[in-house]
Amino acid sequence: MNTLQEIFAGLKHNKLRTILTGLSVSWGIFILIVLLGAGNGLRNGVTSNFSSRATNTVQTGAGETSMPFQGLKSGRTLQYSEKELASVNANLKEAYSETGIIEKNATITYQSEYVAYQVVGCNPNYESIFNLKLEQGNGRFLNRLDLEANKKVVVIDKKIQDVVFKGKTALGEYVKIGSIMFQVIGVNTKKNRWGDGKAYIPFSTAQLIYNPDRKFRSIAMSVKGLETTALNEEFNDKLTHNMAQSLRFDPKDTQAMWIWNSQREYIETMKIFGGITIFVSIIGIFTLIAGIVGVSNIMLVSVKERTREFGIRKALGAPPAHILRSIIIESILITSIFGYVGMMLGVGLTELVNYFLMQSAAGNPDGMSVFKDPTVSLNYVLISTTILIVAGVIAGYLPARRAVRIKPIEAMREE
Amino acid sequence: MINLTNINKTYFSESNSLHVLKGIDLHIASGEYVSIMGASGSGKSTLLNILGILDNYDSGEYLLNNKLIKNLSEKRAAAYRNEMIGFVFQSFNLINFKNALENVALPLYYKNVNRKRRNMIAMEYLDMMGLRDWATHMPSEMSGGQKQRVAIARAIISQPKILLADEPTGALDSHTTVEVMKVLRELNANGLTTILVTHERSVADETHKIIHIKDGMIENIEQKK
Repeated sequence: MNTLQEIFAGLKHNKLRTILTGLSVSWGIFILIVLLGAGNGLRNGVTSNFSSRATNTVQTGAGETSMPFQGLKSGRTLQYSEKELASVNANLKEAYSETGIIEKNATITYQSEYVAYQVVGCNPNYESIFNLKLEQGNGRFLNRLDLEANKKVVVIDKKIQDVVFKGKTALGEYVKIGSIMFQVIGVNTKKNRWGDGKAYIPFSTAQLIYNPDRKFRSIAMSVKGLETTALNEEFNDKLTHNMAQSLRFDPKDTQAMWIWNSQREYIETMKIFGGITIFVSIIGIFTLIAGIVGVSNIMLVSVKERTREFGIRKALGAPPAHILRSIIIESILITSIFGYVGMMLGVGLTELVNYFLMQSAAGNPDGMSVFKDPTVSLNYVLISTTILIVAGVIAGYLPARRAVRIKPIEAMREE
Repeated sequence: MINLTNINKTYFSESNSLHVLKGIDLHIASGEYVSIMGASGSGKSTLLNILGILDNYDSGEYLLNNKLIKNLSEKRAAAYRNEMIGFVFQSFNLINFKNALENVALPLYYKNVNRKRRNMIAMEYLDMMGLRDWATHMPSEMSGGQKQRVAIARAIISQPKILLADEPTGALDSHTTVEVMKVLRELNANGLTTILVTHERSVADETHKIIHIKDGMIENIEQKK
């Protein structure tokens, strides 16, 4: 109690020094938390963009051969057929849900509005493969019956509803695609990462209208069990060989078909984000070091300028250990109190930013964001604050130990 | 009170060594009023530092109040200083962020006297120095004479056995010098053993015994009165 009174009296009389020391501690911790929060926000943002997409989609498209193969000349335009679709199902055990895809650009007309969009002919699997979102009240996706009956029904992206229907609900209305009337049976609210809205019609209907030869250019499938890049490469290879055998092209011909593997892309991106995490951690560590250096420096200066005071105190009968103890308690007090303030400000700022992000995201739930939940876990906050406090105490202790070792007579000569 | 037997002290620097005190024998009885005179570099300050347990000596024996002062731990030395010795310095050595009262009370803090009580005692001593009204003033707001009287109050608050004054009037003008010397004389008259280092003859003449030091040895002891 006596000691604390004495320390507080000293701190009160040296307001500027106390505040400067304290601010450097607060600032160090504040910056550290804000930086860690920013790093986390970046990572969370990009991770959440991925999680809203199916991460296990492989799509392949037929191209044009660029190498002669088994007597066939190069330059053949390849196309898939039911045979290839069935072979994927039969030969590739990792693929568990697939659809042929027919893509055509067509004009969609509703009353006086007409806009050109991409029309996709697909089967019901498309919904799960591409993670479409048909919410309650927005109808349904295509089903078996639509395909079997070659129905003229269409599911449209919300973007099309916004543009063509001017925000009115499209459900149940009839639109003209090309020159044929389709009934809208569903609206997909999942946003595409790129491109305009799409309209989805039954695969069988699309074949009738656009591809009487029953050929198509693209197949998409869901895959499972492909956790690593190597497994994905292997799967892509198997897919290529399967198609090469079926369509008779050289498996080494990179122009003959293309494969887009979202799983692989996901893994690659996660690797990059592993890198970003490391980067943010390194920045964090350096900020922490900078904070420690700052705190140490202030402590060092403040102890140095008190050498004379220590000398006087010793001459008056203060045991060195007593002075040391006072300095340590003093630095613990300063670093803890101001460290706490800095911690609170840092956490407060990250939470505030988070709050505003949530607010803006609330109006746009499927919006893309590169920044999300920029907060730091309490553990990190406490650990880094503790490290700074300990560093501050050590930084106060070391020069203080030297200062109290100086003979009082020399210390008092110091100005 | 003080018994020095063949005290030797050598300062070592990197290249050479300096034999500052060469076998000092000195006896100072309780209640004496003594001054130490000598040219600068004669070793008088070193002698005072050894007397004040602020510095060690190499050989010989120093008895203070019948206690052997030799190779003490820092803690022990601090305790003896607190208990037995009061210091007055040329440059006052007040703590500049503490007011007069707090400065005077400081030695009692190291005796674990609680704040209320030590402030009360400090006020008595300030009063004794005629500085009651200046209790809450900071050292920077006081004159040299006032600061030195604060320092004297601080030196005697723990009721030491001896008072050591290192050029106590060195930073004062002639008027305040007289003032401070009067205080010291009164303290001595009340039985406090007082030793002061000075190079001013007029100041030394106030004391009862002048010890002349030259080249680390006692040249002669001049007995007054």
